[in-house]
Amino acid sequence: MNNLEKYDKVFKEVLEVSEDQLKGLKYQDIEAWDSVGHMGLISALEDAFDIMMDTDDIIDLSSYEKGMEILAKDDYGVEF
Amino acid sequence: MGLLNKKICLITGAGKGIGKKTAERFAQEGAVVYITDRSEREINAAAEKISKNYCAKVIPLVFDITDDLEAKKAIQRIKKESGRLDVLVNNAGIMRDNVIGMIGKQLMADVFDVNVFAVINMIQLANKLMSRQKSGSIINISSIVGLEGAAGQLVYAASKGAVASLTKAASKELSPNGIRVNAVAPGLINTGLLQAIGDTKIVDNLKNVRMGRLGEPMDVANVILFLASDLSAYVTGEIIGIDGEAQV
Repeated sequence: MNNLEKYDKVFKEVLEVSEDQLKGLKYQDIEAWDSVGHMGLISALEDAFDIMMDTDDIIDLSSYEKGMEILAKDDYGVEF
Repeated sequence: MGLLNKKICLITGAGKGIGKKTAERFAQEGAVVYITDRSEREINAAAEKISKNYCAKVIPLVFDITDDLEAKKAIQRIKKESGRLDVLVNNAGIMRDNVIGMIGKQLMADVFDVNVFAVINMIQLANKLMSRQKSGSIINISSIVGLEGAAGQLVYAASKGAVASLTKAASKELSPNGIRVNAVAPGLINTGLLQAIGDTKIVDNLKNVRMGRLGEPMDVANVILFLASDLSAYVTGEIIGIDGEAQV
């Protein structure tokens, strides 16, 4: 599984969304992506990529796309 | 078998005083203890002495608790080396104050950075490990002064009052995940921090302690041990006074 597939899997499983719902998905767009869902998402991403996210990045991860941008930073080094 | 047999524990500000005594007590009860301090000399000396005296694994970590990056690295190291975190004792704290009218912004920022914001940050970091385990015990250090106030100690009192309320809030939020959060509120405890106020003031303050003596670091360490151990498995959101019936 490549990193994008891993990333998508986390979003789909934690937020219970389908593949076609991922693009453009934003925090609080759906009921499952509330603050509790957000922390579950972060926890799953940290486990999937073996990283520990900084609080500022956790707060900034406001969309499916933004998440990839954040994880691609040098701090986490995830290549998509 | 000790009360903390093989538990992975982290104690901040453990180079001296209550933190160091707590580390000793934990080691005595079979814990693996990570201890932090800003002072490399103090923390290394503490780790060496406690390891030797109790045949325990005591790992020193040197960093300033207000350095978020170093705090994160510490948790990452604990995760990598030990795989879990069972107990966090947020002991690191400073006492600086001035009378009303002379309280500058820097003083307030310095005290709140260590006593409150670093505590919140450490709770967030510990939660990363504890929430996955669905278990853990976090113990914060408030103060009798934080609950009752004291003339001339507005900033310190405010910071320790904040610790009391954040303890209760964190307990409400984390207990569904099996994580307990409690605090101790020491009174006059015989540490370097108290000695700094001078003998005259200490003797004066002692008149207001109904038990008639200063508390010792061991008095506080024993209560922290209780809160860390399974003896307090159904205790969370509590602020336990350790003050010999003191009035401030």
